[in-house]
Amino acid sequence: MIRLDGVRKTFTAGETQIHALDGVSLEIERGEFVAIMGQSGSGKSTMMNIIGLLDRPDDGAYLLSGQNVAGLSEHARARLRGTAFGFVFQSYSLLPRMSALEQVELPLIYQGVRDRRRRAAEALVRVGLADRIGHRPTQLSGGEQQRVAIARSLVVDPLVVLADEPTGALDTATGHEVMTLLSDLVDQHGMTIILVTHEAEVAEFAQRTVRMRDGQIIEDTGAEHAAHTVNHANTSQAT
Amino acid sequence: MSFFDALRIAVRAIVANRLRSLLTLLGLVIGVSSVIALIAVGQGTQKGVSDQIRGLGTDLIFIEPSAAATTQQGTGALLTTTLTQADALAIAANGNPAIQAVSAHITGETQAIAGANNVGAESVFTSSNYAEVRDLEIAAGSFIAPPHDNAGSLVAVLGSRVAETLYPGIDPIGQEIRLSFLAGRVVFAFTVIGVLQEVGGAADADDQVFVPLTGLANRFRFLYTPTGDLRVTQIDVQTTPGADTSEVKQQVSDLLLFRHNRTDPDFTIESQDDLLDAASEVANTLSILLGVIGGISLLVGGIGVMNIMLVSVTERTREIGIRRAVGATAADIVNQFVTEALALSVLGGIIGIVIGVVASLLVDGQTVGEQEMTTVIQAWSIAAAFGVSAGVGLISGIYPAWRATVVDPIAALRNE
Repeated sequence: MIRLDGVRKTFTAGETQIHALDGVSLEIERGEFVAIMGQSGSGKSTMMNIIGLLDRPDDGAYLLSGQNVAGLSEHARARLRGTAFGFVFQSYSLLPRMSALEQVELPLIYQGVRDRRRRAAEALVRVGLADRIGHRPTQLSGGEQQRVAIARSLVVDPLVVLADEPTGALDTATGHEVMTLLSDLVDQHGMTIILVTHEAEVAEFAQRTVRMRDGQIIEDTGAEHAAHTVNHANTSQAT
Repeated sequence: MSFFDALRIAVRAIVANRLRSLLTLLGLVIGVSSVIALIAVGQGTQKGVSDQIRGLGTDLIFIEPSAAATTQQGTGALLTTTLTQADALAIAANGNPAIQAVSAHITGETQAIAGANNVGAESVFTSSNYAEVRDLEIAAGSFIAPPHDNAGSLVAVLGSRVAETLYPGIDPIGQEIRLSFLAGRVVFAFTVIGVLQEVGGAADADDQVFVPLTGLANRFRFLYTPTGDLRVTQIDVQTTPGADTSEVKQQVSDLLLFRHNRTDPDFTIESQDDLLDAASEVANTLSILLGVIGGISLLVGGIGVMNIMLVSVTERTREIGIRRAVGATAADIVNQFVTEALALSVLGGIIGIVIGVVASLLVDGQTVGEQEMTTVIQAWSIAAAFGVSAGVGLISGIYPAWRATVVDPIAALRNE
């Protein structure tokens, strides 16, 4: 469903050029729960931004459900981003002064969906927040805020949920609950989730782990799809 | 995103920053209301001046000694005037069908005294047809009658304010009034025979005392020229309705030049239309000036909206990032900020219109100093003020909105 082929992304910081992604190829199928691991600066967040259409590659192909989306216009990327992806960030990314229900309605507003109140309420029920619908971020615990963010990512029925360090701001027990919730979405609802993390414990919830270093994939446990990626990683490791 | 959704988001943002929104609104409200109120005052002044000139009577032509002579005050003007009662009679005797009546008079500042009361008034020494020429209505008694003209009677007709001040609660008819001239050196007693109806506004007639010209002339020999003509400071010519006043003006001017044996006039001759035009021009300039002042305050208010929107964009970088991440296009973000600015300025415009109109209505008829204020609310000023305010809102929204779309959603999301 998602296929990256030789994707490169270079950032220029003053005189130095940083190769955030240095020829990355990766394939992810529907229903997979993939953890992308690596230290900060390994390129994992850049890859997530490119997959989530928040950023575009300098070079290489990005096929989403068979369509090359690397060359789409800004407008088309924004529209596609709203329908195909749900984002969960470390910092919850909720808007202040809005109830949980309104937060979850937000993506539907931009799609012009009609019965968004009902759909938003359903999404909140799915993440176990049926009794927190009218609460504002300041009235919710960190774990609850992250659940609202997850509900917001689910409400559009996305192809993929992209979770960037979703447990980073939570204590271990709450982080565990959030990860269990994400696992359930994959197991029970067939959701595809790409998780970016640097914590091995968190990555253990995923079925497949992709390790990155210096803008390259150095390990991929999803052997059958990614044989060539692993080979590529091995060769680069050897050098 | 529907317009309604955009409006809802805008209203939420405005309500969320109540104090700031209120201060922004205040700038626009002051701008819009001052444009409306100031233009209403300007237009009211214009109307007031026009009414006052029209109130002098209809189709009048005024002849006065030329500017050089009138710069001298009081008796000085009287001694240098070249206009005489004979000129007035000659104009009337000319048999011009376009001339209905001619009235000559002398005006002078006097102190009017009755018993223990006294008031500064302007004395008008004139003839019986003055009331008709100037459209003055009598409230009690009668105006100067033709017999008084010839008899040189010492009778007086009072303007309404003079009567009220000198005879509070007493019927002035038949009472004695003393008028002091030449700074109190000469005092004559007159019998009050009539009181005029109040003219209102800033009209002169309310503060005037009317006495027969001949009555005075008999006692001041210096009012006569060496050749025995009675000097006057003004001649009013009333034209017949429908007559071409500019043509009459020319005819009268030619006659006077002939009588005075001059080629260049030693008098000024103006029709009511000339005065109206001159006064309108002054009032118009005032209107424009007031409008510009209002416009500047509106502009300042508009800049306030732009400032607030710019601050708002900077402050809400994270919000913009979140909205972009959940599928908002650049157009959606522009829409949001423009709607917000527009909502603020339209609201400010509406409140400004209400305050401007109410202020104009409150000021109307109030006396400021000695001047009675008149305001005329102009529909076009309301439309213009509202249009400018909405336009300013739109422009103030577009630039910050564009700035908002340049925000990198990734950076915005990192912005805590």
